[in-house]
Amino acid sequence: MEDSTKMDATHHAFNSTQAVGKQVFGKIPGRIAEIHLVSSHPEVYEPCDDSFALVDALLADRTNLLEHRPMLCMEVGCGSGYVITSLALMLGQEANGLYYLATDINPHAARVTTETLEVHGVHAEVISTDIALGLEKRLTGLVDVMVVNPPYVPTPECEVGGAGITSAWAGGENGRSVIDKILPVADSLLSENGWLYMVTVVSNNPSQICAQMWEKGFASRIAVQRSTEEESLHVIKFWRDLDRLAEAKAAAATTRTISSKIIESVLSQFPSSHFGAVTAMTIDDHFKGVYILILNACYGFFKIFLLHLIYLR
Amino acid sequence: MRLLTHNMLSSNIKGVSSGFPLRIEVEKVVEKQVEMNADFLRNMFPKIEWKAFAYAAKALGYSDLPEEADSSQLNSQDFLQKFHHALLELHLEEGVLICPETGRRFPVNRGIPNMLLHEDEV
Repeated sequence: MEDSTKMDATHHAFNSTQAVGKQVFGKIPGRIAEIHLVSSHPEVYEPCDDSFALVDALLADRTNLLEHRPMLCMEVGCGSGYVITSLALMLGQEANGLYYLATDINPHAARVTTETLEVHGVHAEVISTDIALGLEKRLTGLVDVMVVNPPYVPTPECEVGGAGITSAWAGGENGRSVIDKILPVADSLLSENGWLYMVTVVSNNPSQICAQMWEKGFASRIAVQRSTEEESLHVIKFWRDLDRLAEAKAAAATTRTISSKIIESVLSQFPSSHFGAVTAMTIDDHFKGVYILILNACYGFFKIFLLHLIYLR
Repeated sequence: MRLLTHNMLSSNIKGVSSGFPLRIEVEKVVEKQVEMNADFLRNMFPKIEWKAFAYAAKALGYSDLPEEADSSQLNSQDFLQKFHHALLELHLEEGVLICPETGRRFPVNRGIPNMLLHEDEV
C-alpha cells in the first residue's frame, strides 16, 4: 500500500510538471508525508484512499499553488495529519512566508496531527474545534488555501459529530451534513483569491455542491477522480471567480436560462450517468428557453401580418 | 500555540458579543527559532490586532513590543525582529485561554487550544 501510494503520488507530480512545466521549481517533485512516520491512535482515522487522493490532487497542482503564493493555509478535519504535513512539505514553511492552521473536532486527532508534523520537521497550528469555531470572526477572508477531507459517508444523522473516530466518516443524510456546514465557513474564511480542495463521493451529489458553490461565486473543476471497490471519489477544486460572480448575479437578475447554462458548464465535467437528475433539469430549462423563443417568433410574424393587413386596407 | 493564532481566536459562546481577545493564563512557554520572512510580516501586520498581540506577548513574558504600532515601523529591522519573535517564535505550550466576557476557560495542552463548546453553549 505504502509503495503504491508513493508511486502514485510521484506519477501525479510527473504528469503535472509535464503539463505545466514552465517554472523550474515545478520540475522538482514535491515531498509528501511518509506513511510509516504518520502517528496513530485507535480513535484517529488513518490515511486511506481518500487522503491519498487529496494529497495527489495537491501535488498535481503544486506548481499552481506555488505561483499562487498563499500566506495562510488551513485544513479542516486534519485527522492523522497526513494531508497538512504533506502540504507543508510541498509548499514550504515560515521562511517561505507560509502559515498553516489545522482543526479537528476529535482532540485525539489534533494531538496525532501535532506528532505527525513534528516527526516530519514541519509546523502547523493545531486547534481542537468544530470546523472553525472560535476562528470565524478574526480569520474571515484570510485563508488562501483550504483543504478538506470531510466525513462524507452517508450514515444515520445521530452518528454525526461524535467525539471519537466516527466523526471522521459519519456524514449524515447523503453524507452531506458536515459538508453543508463546511461550505459556508469556507466561503467566509477564504480570501479574495482563496482556493478550496475538497474530497467528495458520488452519494454526496458533487454536481449539486458545485452548483451551490457557484451561487457563492466559486468556479470548480475535478482535480482528481478515483474509483475504488467501495466508492468513487472526486477531489474538487473550487476558486473564487470574480467574473463568474458578476455573471451569476446578472443571471439571477434576468433569466434562469443563463444561470442554468453556467451550471451546466460546471456539471459537464462530471460523468452524466452519476448526475442524471440535475442534467435533466437543465435540459428541461433549455427546452423551455427554445419554446419561449418560438412563441416570440410566432408573435412577431403575427404582428407583421396584422400590420400588412392594416396597410393593404 | 503561537501568538498569531491567539490573535485569530475568539470565544464563540452563545450570547458573547466580541469574545476577543482571550485572556491568557500561562503554565509553560516554549521558544522555537524560525527563519524570518519580512514580506510575510509586512503582509500580516494589517491583520493583527496590535493591542491584543502586545498583551499576549507580555502574558508570555515578552515585553519588548511597543504598546502601539503603525505600518511605518515595518521599515525598522529592529521592529521586524521583535514582531517576528513574538508572532512566530513564542509558543503557549500549556495554559488556559479565558473568555473575556464569561470567564469560560479553554485549556491549551501540548500547544493545542481546545475551543470545543458544550451543547448548551452553542
